[in-house]
Amino acid sequence: MLDLLLLVIQRDLVLAMRRRADVLTTLVFFVMVVSLFPLGVGPELSMLRKMAPGVLWVAALLASMLSLGRLFSADYLDGTLEQMMLAPQSLSMLVLGKMTAHWMVSGLPLVLMAPILGLQFDMPGQELGILIIGLLLGTPILSMIGAIGAALTLGLRGGGVLLSLLVLPLCIPVLIFGTGAVEAMSSGLSVVSHLSLLGALLVLALVFTPWVTAQALRISME
Amino acid sequence: MAINWFKYSAPTTFYGLAGKLIPWFAISAAILFAIGLYIGFVVAPMDAQQGEFYRIIFIHVPASMMSMFLYMIMAGYAALGLIFNTRLSAMMASAIAPTGALFALISLWTGALWGKPMWGAWWMWDARMTSELILLFLYLGFIALHASIDDPRRADRAAALLAIIGSVNVPIIYFSVKWWNTLHQGATIKFSGTSMHVAMQQAMFTMLLACWLYAIAVVLTRVRSIILERERNTTWITELPEMKR
Repeated sequence: MLDLLLLVIQRDLVLAMRRRADVLTTLVFFVMVVSLFPLGVGPELSMLRKMAPGVLWVAALLASMLSLGRLFSADYLDGTLEQMMLAPQSLSMLVLGKMTAHWMVSGLPLVLMAPILGLQFDMPGQELGILIIGLLLGTPILSMIGAIGAALTLGLRGGGVLLSLLVLPLCIPVLIFGTGAVEAMSSGLSVVSHLSLLGALLVLALVFTPWVTAQALRISME
Repeated sequence: MAINWFKYSAPTTFYGLAGKLIPWFAISAAILFAIGLYIGFVVAPMDAQQGEFYRIIFIHVPASMMSMFLYMIMAGYAALGLIFNTRLSAMMASAIAPTGALFALISLWTGALWGKPMWGAWWMWDARMTSELILLFLYLGFIALHASIDDPRRADRAAALLAIIGSVNVPIIYFSVKWWNTLHQGATIKFSGTSMHVAMQQAMFTMLLACWLYAIAVVLTRVRSIILERERNTTWITELPEMKR
């Protein structure tokens, strides 16, 4: 089981590394969207400091939507996905591997980039730390919920926009708790409840989304 | 005598049944709307704190409740269709979606109309309004996904899965009042008595019932159209009297 998981992750990572431009576009998009906000709302640091968690989270949400379309489409087009479904191994496990690889390629770089962008918004160190923990817990959920949408819209015309339409509403709780944690920190409240809820969502997503995505793939492929 | 419980789960028989039921639901909905509006506008007294503005709740509350109930019912039908592979369930789910979206929109709209005189703003980002907005997005996602898949079977099944995932969100809407402590006023109707005037209650429940009957009438009408569209190549459709005209 674990071997299979590692194999799928390794395969997807190798494929992603062969096309580094795709990984970079997501990251550049994230940086650009975040950098546009001060230009749009003005350079006052007090306001930017307040907005920073929300802006970073929304930008991360949008950036993670960008790469979702590629999650299954390449495998779908060259027939690999069909072989994966025929394989005796559990499809949920394969899907979990693909989700993990997708997060490492498109989610993790955002988390690593976030502190630098946070400094641009003059976020204090402690809040920055909470933001990173929140993103670390939250971005995998985005990849996992997104995978369901990617599976449902596989091979459809205009799949990209539709995918965002389906997935974004489902990601709202993650956004609320992620930004809520930072706000709680800055107003001197305990951050534990928000982070615990994010952790709970992560566990829930980890248990259910691979299976649901596998079902969605079966619906799309029949 | 053994009763065939599944007789009306076939589109063939349900089409006729729905046709017979629609006038009854439509007429009683119209009557109840009239009664409810009469009680709401004429009988119910003015509210001590909110003045005349509060009367919009007679459509706002039923619409909000309907939008949530209908989502659960839609998800239920979707699940039935997915599990037992029944044709009619999937058709019912896609027939319910537009009505549910309409109620969600009415709820948001009337909420904004109520909010302007009460809060001084058309829109407040409080938990319940936001959840209602998300519910509208979920309905739109369901409709959009269903519409963009050409193969009706795949469309039904994909949309069904989405509806079930989205139904996780509906309890969050309901409990958000308790979870987040925000502007929206708490529940007034509780199981342990209520602080509302009797006439207000009567108006509210009459309107709720009217909304239910309206929703059923409209959904049945829509599902009849869907049956006709999906089964247009079958013999029983071509033999229908309304097709021969």
